[in-house]
Amino acid sequence: MAWFKRDNPPMARGAEHKVKVPEGLWTKCVSCNETIYTKDIESNLNVCPKCGHHYRISTKKRIELLIDEGTFTEFDAGMVSVDFLEFKDSKSYQDRIDQALAKGGSKDAIVCGSGKIDGTPVQLCVFDFSFMGGSMGSVVGEKITRGIERALEQGTPCIIVSASGGARMQESILSLMQMAKTSAALAKLREAGLPFVSILTDPTTGGVTASFAMLGDVNMAEPKALIGFAGPRVIEQTIRQKLPQGFQRSEYLLDHGMVDVIVERSKMKAQLSSILKMLYKAA
Amino acid sequence: MALQQSYLDFEKPLAELDKKIQELLAFSTEGVDLSAEVANLEEKAERMRQEMFANLSRWQTAQVARHINRPFTLDYLSLIFTEFVELHGDRNFGDDHAIVGGLARLDGEPVMVIGHQKGRDTKEKVFRNFGMPNPEGYRKALRLMEMAERFKLPIITFVDTPGAFPGIGAEERGQAEAIARNLREMSRLTVPIIVVITGEGGSGGALAIAVGDRILMLQHSVYAVISPEGCAAILWSDGTKGAQAAEALKLTAKDIKDLEVIDEIVPEPAGGAHRDHEAMAKNLHEALSRNLKELKAIPAEELIEQRYQKFRKMSRFAE
Repeated sequence: MAWFKRDNPPMARGAEHKVKVPEGLWTKCVSCNETIYTKDIESNLNVCPKCGHHYRISTKKRIELLIDEGTFTEFDAGMVSVDFLEFKDSKSYQDRIDQALAKGGSKDAIVCGSGKIDGTPVQLCVFDFSFMGGSMGSVVGEKITRGIERALEQGTPCIIVSASGGARMQESILSLMQMAKTSAALAKLREAGLPFVSILTDPTTGGVTASFAMLGDVNMAEPKALIGFAGPRVIEQTIRQKLPQGFQRSEYLLDHGMVDVIVERSKMKAQLSSILKMLYKAA
Repeated sequence: MALQQSYLDFEKPLAELDKKIQELLAFSTEGVDLSAEVANLEEKAERMRQEMFANLSRWQTAQVARHINRPFTLDYLSLIFTEFVELHGDRNFGDDHAIVGGLARLDGEPVMVIGHQKGRDTKEKVFRNFGMPNPEGYRKALRLMEMAERFKLPIITFVDTPGAFPGIGAEERGQAEAIARNLREMSRLTVPIIVVITGEGGSGGALAIAVGDRILMLQHSVYAVISPEGCAAILWSDGTKGAQAAEALKLTAKDIKDLEVIDEIVPEPAGGAHRDHEAMAKNLHEALSRNLKELKAIPAEELIEQRYQKFRKMSRFAE
C-alpha cells in the first residue's frame, strides 16, 4: 500500500501539442510553449514572435510574400485529379479528392503561375500542404512540368516551394513517374542555363525530395523544416535505433551539405531576389 | 546450378505433388517400374503449375517477384552476357554491394550493365543489404552510365529492389539527392538505355536506375510507388494488409502495361523465372537483342527527345 495516495488523475499532457496553426484567440506555441496572441503570429507571417518557429502558411500568403504585388498570373488552375485506378482503402480515392475539393481552396496540391520578384520575371510553383498532404500525383507533376517548360519558352528562372509528404499512393505507378518527368524537365532548364531555385519548407519528404526538390541550383530551406527521403518513423522501424537530435531538420541538412542556405521567412524574398539577380540576366 | 527448391505458400498443392513424384522415383529404383505413374503425376503437376501461374493474384505475383530463387542481376550477367568485368565504387565514399555494374558483351558487342543485386543465403543477403542501395550505389550507377556515354556504349539496367535503404547514413549522405540526380542525368544520356524490371520495382529506389528508352517487365515482376506492406501500414494502419494493398496498387506487369508506362512484357517459363533460369535468360536475351537493335538505329538527338516525350506523357488528369 502506498503512503501517499493521489486523489486526482495526473494532469493530461500532450494535448497542447495538437494545437496547430492559430484558430482561437490565443495560441500556445508548439516550440516555445509561450501563450501568444494569435493575431501576433499571423501578422508575423505565421512565425512565432517569441521563438521564431515557422508555422505553415497558405499558398496565397506564400505567393504574396514572394511575388511583386499585382504581377501573379495563375496557370492550369482548373486541373483536377482523377481516380483512374479506382483505388480504395477505407475510402475511395475519388471520395478523398471530392473531400479535398470541398474545402474550397486549391484544386490540387499545387498552385503554379508566373510573376515578378523585385522585377525579375519567374515561374513559380507553390505546394499546398492542406490538399492531401501536398502529395504528388499526375496533376502536381504535370503542373510543375508545364511550369518548367514555360520557364524554358520564356527564358526565365523557375522556383518551386515544396511542402509535401511525397508521391500520392492512390496513383501508384503514375505518381512515381512524375519524379522522372519533372526531373527530366529540369534537365532541359539546366542545359538552357536558366536558374532553378528549390525552396524546401516543412515538411518535404519522399518522392518530392528525391526529385526536383533536391535539384536546385540553389536549395534554400526554412528553419527547422523536416526534409528527408524516408520518413523518420520508417527509419526508426528499419534500423531499430533512436534517431539523432535534430535529424532531418534543415540545420542537419545544412551540416551534411544537402542545402545551400537556411533563410527565415521574412528574409526569403530579399534573399531570393538577390540570388536571381546574380544568376540571371533577362534577355 | 542446383538451387534448393523452395515453395511459396500458395504453391503448397504443387509442393505435395512434387514430393509424391520424388517418392515414387526413389521407390522405382528398387526394381519396380512406376514410370507410368510418375509420368502421369508429372503431367498433372505441370498442368497445375500452368493454371496456377496463369491466374496469380496481385499479391501472389508480388511474392513470386520476391522469390528467393528468382534470377538476380549477376545470374543474368552470366547467362546472357560474356566477358563481364565488374566495376566497383562511386569514387566518393565507397562501394555499394546492393548495386552491381560493369562492362560486358551482349551478342559480342560491348555494353554497360547495371543492376540491383540481392542475396540468396543469409550471409549474402546481409552483404547485399537485401538489395536496398545507399546513395553511393546510385552514384556508382551514375558514374558507370556517364562512362558508357563517353565511350558510346548502350546501357542495360536490371531493377530488383524493395526500395532505397532508409537509414541514418543514407539520409546524411543524400539518398534523395542521389536518386534525383540520376533521374535528371539519365533523361539526357546520349546512348540507348534499356531498363528491365526483373523482380521488385520498389519506388524511387527502383526508378533511380529505371529511366530509359525501352522499359521491359518480366511477366511476374511488380512495379509500384510503395511496397504493398508500406502502403498497408499507411492507408490501412496495418502492415499485414499487404494483399489488399497489392490489389489497390495495380502493380503487375499487365497493370503497368495498361497504363502505358512500360513497352513490353517478357514472358516467364511455366511456374516462374525461378524454376528455370536458362529459359528465362533465353527469353530476356531475345528481347534485349531486338530492342537494342532498334534503338541503335535512332540518332542520339532524336533518342533523347523521344525519351523525354515518353515520360512526359505519363499522367492521367482532367482539365
